[in-house]
Amino acid sequence: MSRVRVLVGTRKGAFILSSDGKREQWEVSGPHFAGWEMYHVKGSPVDPNRLYASQSSGWFGQTMQRSNDGGTTWETVGNKFAYDGVPGTHQWYDGTAHPWEFKRVWHLEPSLTDPDTVYAGVEDAAIFRSTDGGQNWNELPGLRGHGSGPRWQPGAGGMCLHTIILDPSNSNRMYTAISAAGAFRTDDGGKTWKPINQGLRSQFIPDPTAEVGHCVHHVAMSPSRPGVLFMQKHWDVMRSDNAGDLWTEVSGNLPTDFGFVIDVHSHEPETIYVVPIKSDSEHYVHEGKLRVFRSRSGGNEWEPLTKGLPQSNCYVNVLRDAMAVDKLDKCGIYFGTTGGQVYASADAGDSWAPIVRDLPAVLSVEVQTLS
Amino acid sequence: MIRVELPYHLRNLAHVTGEVQLDVQGPVTQRSVLDALEAQYPMLRGTIRDHDTKKRRDFLRFFACQQDLSHESADDPLPDEVASGKEPLLVIGAIAGG
Repeated sequence: MSRVRVLVGTRKGAFILSSDGKREQWEVSGPHFAGWEMYHVKGSPVDPNRLYASQSSGWFGQTMQRSNDGGTTWETVGNKFAYDGVPGTHQWYDGTAHPWEFKRVWHLEPSLTDPDTVYAGVEDAAIFRSTDGGQNWNELPGLRGHGSGPRWQPGAGGMCLHTIILDPSNSNRMYTAISAAGAFRTDDGGKTWKPINQGLRSQFIPDPTAEVGHCVHHVAMSPSRPGVLFMQKHWDVMRSDNAGDLWTEVSGNLPTDFGFVIDVHSHEPETIYVVPIKSDSEHYVHEGKLRVFRSRSGGNEWEPLTKGLPQSNCYVNVLRDAMAVDKLDKCGIYFGTTGGQVYASADAGDSWAPIVRDLPAVLSVEVQTLS
Repeated sequence: MIRVELPYHLRNLAHVTGEVQLDVQGPVTQRSVLDALEAQYPMLRGTIRDHDTKKRRDFLRFFACQQDLSHESADDPLPDEVASGKEPLLVIGAIAGG
């Protein structure tokens, strides 16, 4: 029987939540790395027992962890993230040039074909790759070296590369997204990158349709349809049907189109999920109700999913990497909140139940479907 | 034998309890002690000082013999009590509220 393993990164440690395919009874393991900020934990698609974890601290900086047994034991691997060549500068909050400085790893994306290869999205924004299981990390400098790099600027949360998507149909194609620079694509395995922000409109930058400067919060893609992307921008939910060459808004009837997470149903590539957040000034759910909104039409027409979720006096946020989908039938949806709850739906969002209620603030949620 | 007391999280990272004991060759300085510490516990590289510049991380301090040595040169000799093993070198995480 299939099993699922939910990997949760929080402000104060990592947790592993395990269940059989019914997804009703859960075992909770953790905290792993208690007291550390765990920005992201993710498993290799080709070796599910190979996990990578980003462990960081304001005191001790970045460390990296690797497990070869599904999170039972861990070993520290390489934590040296040195920018390629002379780092150069990007824009600072006051518009001055600011040297690129490594702060932390936000996102880990294991290779689709090799368990020893893994990508890391970091702050200040750059993408690194390890081909030896995380021992050594080398920057793919073509992204930061794109001509727009000196114009990139941090958002309030820092200038982070938070999204890495690998195209299963084309090993040379990858997508990244950076706050607040925008989305980028490579078609040559990471050597060169191009901004893919046409169609985005961001009122908080002088030219709302600029090539870069957009605060993209997250991008999601169905592996079954790699050219179709969905984006939760600072404001606006967007989609692209041509690998990011052009975006159109699909916010439709959402009560607010500000938010962080977005994800796609495992088997229905036009079914997508977002959690609307009240505004960029008030980072909690709208009207005190925790509602996941689902569109079965690839956007524009949205329905609130509320069964099992608190519908009064709820003021949590759901951060950008804190939603995931499993591959079971029916598709399971998982998300974690800044209030420490991790909710699961075993029926594609129709109903929800908390797996855990009182973890530290959740930074990231990933799920592995195990046979 | 040089004694070093690490903060809680670094003890966990290094899988040690209590003080660390190090064999330091040559002059006993912050640099030589940290070099020996990182050689014996490579998982601590980058957590106390920068990989390349060897600059102390901002929110850490080095204390010994009731003195704050954080701003001393990394190549200055540590107090005799540390060099003789009578007193430990303390690696301290800055206090943070909240």
